Amino acid sequence: MNGRRKFVRDALAFLVSISAIGGTLKLLPAKAFAREAPRKGKWYGFGVSVDKCIGCARCMESCKTENDVPRAPFFVRTWVERYVIRKDGETIVKAIEPNVEGIPETAADREILRSFFVPKLCNQCADPPCVQVCPVGATFQTGDGVVLVNVKTCVGCRYCIQACPYGARYLNPTTRTADKCTFCYHRVSQNLLPACVEVCPTQARIFGDLNTGVSVLTRFRRMNKIHVLKPALNTEPKVYYAGLDGEVR
Amino acid sequence: MKKIFSKMPDALVRLLVVFVALAILGAFVVIVLIPKDTKDVKKQWADAIRREQAKPVRYAGFHACGECHDKIYEKKKTGYHRDLSCETCHGPAYAHTQDPDKVKPVIPKERAFCPLCHAYNPSRPRGFPQINPVAHNPLKPCATCHNPHDPKPPTTPKECSACHGEIARTKAVSHHVQLECTTCHQTPQQHKIAPRSVKPSKPQNREFCGKCHAKDAKDRMARNAPRIDLADHGEKYVCWQCHYPHSPEVE
Repeated sequence: MNGRRKFVRDALAFLVSISAIGGTLKLLPAKAFAREAPRKGKWYGFGVSVDKCIGCARCMESCKTENDVPRAPFFVRTWVERYVIRKDGETIVKAIEPNVEGIPETAADREILRSFFVPKLCNQCADPPCVQVCPVGATFQTGDGVVLVNVKTCVGCRYCIQACPYGARYLNPTTRTADKCTFCYHRVSQNLLPACVEVCPTQARIFGDLNTGVSVLTRFRRMNKIHVLKPALNTEPKVYYAGLDGEVR
Repeated sequence: MKKIFSKMPDALVRLLVVFVALAILGAFVVIVLIPKDTKDVKKQWADAIRREQAKPVRYAGFHACGECHDKIYEKKKTGYHRDLSCETCHGPAYAHTQDPDKVKPVIPKERAFCPLCHAYNPSRPRGFPQINPVAHNPLKPCATCHNPHDPKPPTTPKECSACHGEIARTKAVSHHVQLECTTCHQTPQQHKIAPRSVKPSKPQNREFCGKCHAKDAKDRMARNAPRIDLADHGEKYVCWQCHYPHSPEVE
């Protein structure tokens, strides 16, 4: 056997055996790391009925109060977008401002095809891109499926803010660390509802444990046609939307 | 061993010694000097979870209020605001549950508060009660007429627009502005008192719209109405599957 053929054969054998070892021992950071819902214990999820949201921004207000989010309008853990879809196909999306009574367009504006509000928050992905990119392991997923930020180790590099396809993170100007929705982890662990769910006047927001057989969230997921945001990214979001328009990104 | 060293050039041996010393120093720093907490990510995460759980709660939750304010709590249960948490309007009240005398939740009395939910906005879902804050009893605080714990119109409304404001405003700028609501909807008196259990009628067939819009319609109001031939217009569909009667799309 000549030297070149031997080299090619050995190289191939090396690659195959290395990938087999890596695959069985899960050494390679592949899909093997994606979290699936554990059989036991809690696995938190969230439901949003788009048709029920009235855009009153009580959720944004309560979130800022409960979680000490800076008052300035561009620091938000949850926000509500107003979609206006015009007849010419143009879609206008604007995050609403709390406590500002907007000047409503008259019903006479016939160029508007349809319009609605979409509440948004961290999707608490089962396979979160923000956790993958954190260089110091400061952001992580808890056993019950909530993605948290460890403020003690976060260096504020903004990688996770860039990596989040939903724009759910921001840099907190006081702590200078990344900050995001925690499903109100301190409330949830005391069996209270997250603040936004608590104050939502129309029950457009629903919170629950995806592992329970009977709950508001289970019923919500059973009785509605459910969609998640950007499913093609395989982040496996745990915020489920009912009545979501195709224009919503 | 000695053989290998003696075979090596002197400079290389010295270099090796330096490298080994550096490696030992590095291992010492990593293993001994750096505290264990900063290396153990699992422990850091557990700490982070503990810190997160220890954060103060501001909103007490919907059950807490009923323990003292049972009368209002029971009253609210029967009205349209039954699904609303007390804290939606009164703000965070956990501090109030801890020290009821010292900390008082807000009572939003100003007129600007209720329209946050109830001002007309075309993006709000159809059927949600909305008013025009400019035209709806200007300058009067909402609570003078409506009890926020059991909201309903203070008097039996004379006009349909008192409740169906969105439809009224849509109709007001449409070609159907001249039509009374009762032209198309027969409304029993009882509907004003029990709106959900007694409902007004709705037109059932194409012939109803045809009274004005058919080729041979004789209605006096319909002199200038656009005419169609009921026999070949719109095929199997009823009129309101294409035209919204409160704002007919035809130009």
